[in-house]
Amino acid sequence: MSKEIPLWEVFIRSKNGLEHRHCGSLHAEDAEMALNNARDVYTRRNEGVSIWVVESKHITASNPQDSGELFEPAADKVYRHPTFYELPDELKHM
Amino acid sequence: MKPIRELNPQFLESKENKQHLIDYLLGVADNYLILAQRLGELCGHGPNLEPDIAITNISLDLLGQVRSFYQYISQIKGDGSTEDDIAFLRKEREYRSVLLVQQPNTDFAYVIARQFFFDVFNKMFLNALQQSADETLRALAFKGIKEASYHERFSGDWLKRLGDGTEESHDKAQKAVNDLWVFTDELFQVNESDSAMIDAGVAPDMLQLREYYYEKVENLLTEATLEVPEVPYFQKGGKNGLHSEYMGYILAEMQYMQRTYPNSKW
Amino acid sequence: MSEAEIKSLEAQFEAKIANDEKIEPKDWMPEKYRKTHIRQISQHAHSEIVGMLPEGNWITRAPSLRRKAALLAKVQDEAGHGLYLYSACETLGISREELYNQLHTGAAKYSSIFNYPTLTWADMGAIGWLVDGAAIINQVPLCSTSYGPYARAMVRVCKEESFHQRQGYEIMLSLCNGTEEQKQMAQDALNRWWWPSLMMLGPEDKDSVHTEQSMKWKLKRKTNDELRQQFIDQTVPQADILGLTIPDPELKWNEEKGGYDFGPIDWDEFWQVVKGHGPMNKKRLDDRRNAWEKGKWVRDAAMAYAQKQNERKNKQAI
Repeated sequence: MSKEIPLWEVFIRSKNGLEHRHCGSLHAEDAEMALNNARDVYTRRNEGVSIWVVESKHITASNPQDSGELFEPAADKVYRHPTFYELPDELKHM
Repeated sequence: MKPIRELNPQFLESKENKQHLIDYLLGVADNYLILAQRLGELCGHGPNLEPDIAITNISLDLLGQVRSFYQYISQIKGDGSTEDDIAFLRKEREYRSVLLVQQPNTDFAYVIARQFFFDVFNKMFLNALQQSADETLRALAFKGIKEASYHERFSGDWLKRLGDGTEESHDKAQKAVNDLWVFTDELFQVNESDSAMIDAGVAPDMLQLREYYYEKVENLLTEATLEVPEVPYFQKGGKNGLHSEYMGYILAEMQYMQRTYPNSKW
Repeated sequence: MSEAEIKSLEAQFEAKIANDEKIEPKDWMPEKYRKTHIRQISQHAHSEIVGMLPEGNWITRAPSLRRKAALLAKVQDEAGHGLYLYSACETLGISREELYNQLHTGAAKYSSIFNYPTLTWADMGAIGWLVDGAAIINQVPLCSTSYGPYARAMVRVCKEESFHQRQGYEIMLSLCNGTEEQKQMAQDALNRWWWPSLMMLGPEDKDSVHTEQSMKWKLKRKTNDELRQQFIDQTVPQADILGLTIPDPELKWNEEKGGYDFGPIDWDEFWQVVKGHGPMNKKRLDDRRNAWEKGKWVRDAAMAYAQKQNERKNKQAI
């Protein structure tokens, strides 16, 4: 058998209340082992309270060549940000 | 399992009780020491990086456990001897480790089978030890049980992979299981100190859990498509200081520095 | 793509790096950038896992339980660092298995310092203090290198590495505060590891082929000679605290340059070791190959089991 061992992406929640964040990848033959390995590799110093693993091949990524049409149109929509709106100074909190 | 009762404060004033407790604790802790040492040999030589890291973690957990137990022993002894004196400066016959943990890292299947046989026992043991009449032991058990549960999961999962993997791995796993099976019963051996500690409520009576142990182990072996070996006779001796021939070499290596440079600080 | 288009892409690419922007795996990159990074990152990863062996040699003989645990944890960290770096390398389109293959066939290099033997317990101290010390000098600047996955791996590595050097120095300190025999053991280890540690920072600038390009891509922020000077200047006072003597009769403080002058390095020895003639080259590679080959049936078993489990699951679903 010469099939290569699948690659997994690891996401760790460092404490409750925070989101899972990508922290790296590793190899494992199955999901159970990927979880165990992630625990042993990425939480040796108390880094996590919860782990997600997903096989890398299941991730669909946007293409950098498309980043112009994907992300630049958002840049000029200034009205989406609170600072766009001018309000009198007397109004303290809004 | 007996309900928790607190140890009579005068209990350790009896010299005999004290010696029994020390012997009993050595019988527990020496297993951790020798197994940690065996696993330590593997660091850097695993079948891949991930299992290499995982096995080192187990070794580190066991080392942590043994240090706590030895520190407790040195506290009971109260003669100024340290955890390292206990770990490194005894003679071979004074160690109380069972034969199972002394067995060599013949191949990955032996490493996993040895670990699994030990982990199932250790988890049951620490679970029961949480009911000990001795407060320190309860605390040690409470801390250790989480690690032991993870170990059992790790070695059990791997045994299934090896047993139910390829034909080659199945054969290797079966061979390891067959060879190591004869050492499992010694885990339940009760010596005089054990009996004294069971009577005092310090130690759990593991013999009562023996059936449950074999049931658990056999279930997993079946799931791993492995046959449960039948042996006419179980090997024992380590717990009473009658070790395998491997033991001398393990100690020669482990004690080398302490023996070559006595009375030094490191 | 026409040549002009490539030129323009290249110009944009270089501008991005000059601007301190990171390059990510799916971004366009010149082939040479990809190749250079595969070479450097994998070399770094190989060094981590070959580096486990000389220290692993003393795990079973560590003189106290505390030292044993610390050493185990340290060697384990090196496996972790190898893993992070291999993963970073894999984002460049090469598999870990291919990278191992390059190591096992001798096509890829690793840090030549690991081709020296660890003869006494003091070597654990000297390696932590000197070898990790030199490594840190090399590695800290890489936390801001241009290739994103490499930079992120290095941040993690540097964070974890911080205990390694202290661990080594503490071992040396205990020896130097110990018996005369222990102190001699420490001095002997320093004598043997000092020069290889200096060599570890790479050939002199005048003989170094990669430096200019590497600087541009932020694979390097300082030249080998600068790094070496920095290493010597920070290590000599540390040796003084230990009461040990650096084995270089020409070592002398130079007020004018604000650093130490030092004696000539035996570059012939360095190149011999790089070429495979060091005392431990063969053993190190044999050990790596052995672990991998002996592990094959284990990896195959796990793959076969995963496949069976999948099939069972699918059958259940139907």
